[in-house]
Amino acid sequence: MSNPIDKLFGVHAQAITLRAARSEMLAANLANSDTPNYKAKDIDFKSAFQSLQGGAAQSSVQLTKSSAQHISNEINGVASHAIRYRLPSHASLDGNTVDSDFEKSAFTENAIRYQASLSILGKKISGLISTLRGE
Amino acid sequence: MSLFNIFDISASGLSAQSVRLNVTASNISNAQSVAGSEGAAYKARNPVFSAMYKDAFNPQSANVGVETLGIVENSAEAPKRYEPGNPLADEDGYIYLSNVNSIEEMTNMMSASRGYQNNVEVLNTSKDLLLQTLRLGE
Repeated sequence: MSNPIDKLFGVHAQAITLRAARSEMLAANLANSDTPNYKAKDIDFKSAFQSLQGGAAQSSVQLTKSSAQHISNEINGVASHAIRYRLPSHASLDGNTVDSDFEKSAFTENAIRYQASLSILGKKISGLISTLRGE
Repeated sequence: MSLFNIFDISASGLSAQSVRLNVTASNISNAQSVAGSEGAAYKARNPVFSAMYKDAFNPQSANVGVETLGIVENSAEAPKRYEPGNPLADEDGYIYLSNVNSIEEMTNMMSASRGYQNNVEVLNTSKDLLLQTLRLGE
């Protein structure tokens, strides 16, 4: 966060990477909506975001990796403790826990929040440009 | 960029659901097929879906698509009907029908079509998000 451009973009630059990771996860849930024994996953946005910012001390634990084959506690840039299995609202015989309607609404919500962060970033960029032009 | 992985994931979902739709179409069109022996009777087919966990230890592929492991035949006995006038009838006068359950196939078809639509929607939304991201700062 020492770069002034990073400071300008603030939390939204980090937020959209998390939003993108979350939409990938929800897309995987929807693609597997008919796969037997598939368990739906989701990202707990708050704790993922906190550990991305290194905020809460207990959630920013880093594993030391001395070999490329060590398993990381980060998946796609998301702290693995923030990735949780969804609690199914009803049981299904084939062991699948995907609720298509729920996943779809979560995906749409996530996409809208992504767009919100994106438009704020866009405004910051256009503000910066007009400041630089000095018009 | 994880939004690009969505294209792979949703495409796998689309292809799996279209395989299912294909198999359902084959089952429905053969629901009334008859045969001269138990073995030759048409058996309902079903695709077997599985999550692609092959590369799960690679953290970049933690989110998995779906694959079709194969297509299995329903092992239920083919119902037989006494129809001695039928040219396909065996020496006892029986013909063998397919074991397709039309109602099961219709629900399968609806589930497959909804799954397909969901994946298309995810693809479209991700495409829009990516294009907007590309236009960032314009």
